[in-house]
Amino acid sequence: METTIWVTVLTAAVTAGTPILYAALGELLCERSGNLNLGVEGMMLVGAMSGFSVGVSTGNPWLGLVVGMLGGGLLALVHAFLTISLRANQVVSGLALTLFGTGLSAYLGKSMVGIPFAHSFKNIAIPGLSQIPFLGPIFFNHDAMVYLSYLLVPFLWFYIYKTRWGLKLRAVGENPAAADAMGVHVFLVRYIHVVAGGMLAGAGGAYLSLAYSPAWLENMTAGRGWIAVALVIFALWDPFRALVGSYIFGGLDVLGFRMQAYGISVSPYFLRMLPYIFTIVVLVLVTIGYRKKRIGAPGALGLPYDREER
Amino acid sequence: MKNNERTRKNIIIEKRASVSPIITISITLISIVMALIFVSVFLFAKGYHPVEIYQMMFTRAFISKYGLTETVIKAIPLMLAGLGISIAFRMLLWNIGAEGQIYMGAFAASGIALAFPDLPRIVLLPAMLLAGFVMGGLWALVAAIPRALWKVNETITTLMLNYIAILWVSYLVFGPWKDPQGFNFPLTREFSEGAAYPLLFGTRVHFGIIIALLVALVLYVVLNYTRWGYEIRVIGESESAARYAGMNVMRNILLVMFLSGGLAGMAGMGEVAGVAHRLQAGVSPGYGYTAIIVAWLGKLNPWVIVLIAFLFGGLTVGASAVQSVGLPAATSVMIQGAILFFVLGADIFMRYRISFNRKREEG
Repeated sequence: METTIWVTVLTAAVTAGTPILYAALGELLCERSGNLNLGVEGMMLVGAMSGFSVGVSTGNPWLGLVVGMLGGGLLALVHAFLTISLRANQVVSGLALTLFGTGLSAYLGKSMVGIPFAHSFKNIAIPGLSQIPFLGPIFFNHDAMVYLSYLLVPFLWFYIYKTRWGLKLRAVGENPAAADAMGVHVFLVRYIHVVAGGMLAGAGGAYLSLAYSPAWLENMTAGRGWIAVALVIFALWDPFRALVGSYIFGGLDVLGFRMQAYGISVSPYFLRMLPYIFTIVVLVLVTIGYRKKRIGAPGALGLPYDREER
Repeated sequence: MKNNERTRKNIIIEKRASVSPIITISITLISIVMALIFVSVFLFAKGYHPVEIYQMMFTRAFISKYGLTETVIKAIPLMLAGLGISIAFRMLLWNIGAEGQIYMGAFAASGIALAFPDLPRIVLLPAMLLAGFVMGGLWALVAAIPRALWKVNETITTLMLNYIAILWVSYLVFGPWKDPQGFNFPLTREFSEGAAYPLLFGTRVHFGIIIALLVALVLYVVLNYTRWGYEIRVIGESESAARYAGMNVMRNILLVMFLSGGLAGMAGMGEVAGVAHRLQAGVSPGYGYTAIIVAWLGKLNPWVIVLIAFLFGGLTVGASAVQSVGLPAATSVMIQGAILFFVLGADIFMRYRISFNRKREEG
C-alpha cells in the first residue's frame, strides 16, 4: 500500500516536471551563450497556445508540438534581435517578451478556451522497462514527449561538453572577446542558442496544453517559466542537474493535490505556495553554496557583446 | 568621441554624449505608434479593424468625462508602483515584485481598516497608509536581504513573492476574512466611512492622486538634489566605485528596496481605500507589471513617469472598452509588451547618433 502511494506521487512528479524540464533546458542553452532570457514564461504560453491551436485543428499532437516550438522560437528571435544586434538590456527585453507573450496568447487563444482535445499525447508503456518494479511505472509509463526529454538531456550534455560546437558555445558565454579573436562568430552562436532555447520553452508550453492538461487556458503556465529560470541556476547550467531539479519541482507541484487526497488538511492556498517558496529557498541556499565553492554563471552572462569595446 | 566613430559606407554611428528630454519623448512616442501598427497586424488577423479599435480605445480613455476619470483612477497605482520601481532600477536592482507588494500593502491596510472601523478618518487613513507602506517594504526586503548579503538574484525572488502574496490574499478573502453576509463571494466586509479616501472634484477620483503627485515631487527633489540621491546613482553606475568612495552599498540596497516596495504597498492601500473599499482577490489586475514598463519608459524621471502612467492608465481603460466587441482584457498587455519592444529597439537611437554622408574625421 505504502509503495503504491509513492509510485503514484513520483509518476505524477515526472509528468509535472517535464514542462519545466523542457523550458529549463532551453534557458540553459541560451544562458550558456551568455544571454539571459527572462521571457521563458511568455515563450511557454505562446508555445502552449499555438501548439494547442494546431493540435486541435489537425488532430495531430506532433504537428502541434512543432508549431509550438516555432512560436517560442519566433518570440526568442525578437529577444535575440533586440539584445544581440541592438544591444538592448536583456532583463527588460525578457520582461517585454513575457508580457507580450502573455497578452498575445490570451488574445489569440480566447476562442479556444474550453475546447477539449481528444488527440493528446497518450501514455505508452515501454515493453520490458515498464515491468521493472517501482522504477518501471514511475519512468516508463508515460507519453512520447517525456521519453523525448529523457533523450534530450544526455544529448545536450554531450553537445555542450563533447562537441566543437559546444566548445564554441561555452567560449562565447565565458569570454566573447576571446572567442571572437579565435574566429568564432559570436553573434551567430548567440542567435542560434537563444532561438533554440525559445523553441524548447515553446515545447515545454506545448507539453502543458497537448499532454498535461490537455486544454488551453489563459496564463496556464502559472509561473513555471520563472521556476525554470531559477532552476537553471540550481542546475549550475548542467542538463542532468536540470533533470533532477525539474522532478523535484514537479513533485512539489503534485504534492499539493495529493496531500488533500490523503486527508492532510492544509489550506489549498498554502499548498499552492509551496513551489514558489521552495524556489526562493533553493535559490538562496544554492547561491550561498556556490559562492563558497566559487562556481558561477557563464562569465559573460547578461552582458551585450560590442566588438568596438573589447 | 573619435574612438567610437566608425564608418559603414556613408553612414556614421557615434555615441551621444547626452540625450535631451525632447529626443527621449519623441522617440518614445514614435515607438508607441510603431507598436500600435505592429499589434494591428494581430487585430487584422482576427478580423478586427485596427483603426476602429484604436479609435474606440482612445475615445473611451481620454474623451468622455467618465473615461477620463477611470483613466486617472487607473493611473494612480501605476504612478506609485512605477515610481517605486524606478528607484530600484536606478540602482540596477530588478524589483519586478511590485504586483506582490501591492497585494501585501492592500492586505495590511485592510487589516487596519477592519480591526479599527470606529477610528476617525484623520487617524485611520494615515494608519492604513503607513501599514501599506511598511508591509510592501517588508515584502520587498524578503528579496532584498538575500540580495544584499549573498547576491541572490532578486529578479526571480521578487517574482516568486508575487505568486505567494496573491495566494495569501486569496486565502484571506476565501477564508478567515470572508464577509459572512457576502453571499460567499471572495470579499471582506465593506470598510467603514473613516477608511475611505475622500473623493476629489466631484468625481470618483480619490485622494490617492494627491499622494502620488507628492511622492513624485519628493522623489524628484531627493534624487536630484541630495547626497543620498547622488549615492544611489553612483552605486547604480558602479558598485565598486561606490565602495571605493566609502558608500555603504549593502545598507543602500536594503533601503532602496524597502522604499521601492513601500511605494507599491501604498498603491495597494490606495486601491482598497479609494476604489474597492474592501479587500478582494483581484486587488490588482497586473498594475505591478505595467508599472515596470512605466518606470522603464519614464527613463526613471519622476515627472515623465507620472505622464506615462497616465497614458498607460488610458490604455487599460481603452482595452476594457473594446471587450464589448469580444477582445480579451489581455489585449492591453499585448500592446504594452509591444511598446516595450519598440522602445528597447529605439534605445539604440538614443545612445548613438546616426548620420549620413559625412566624411570620417581622422583621429
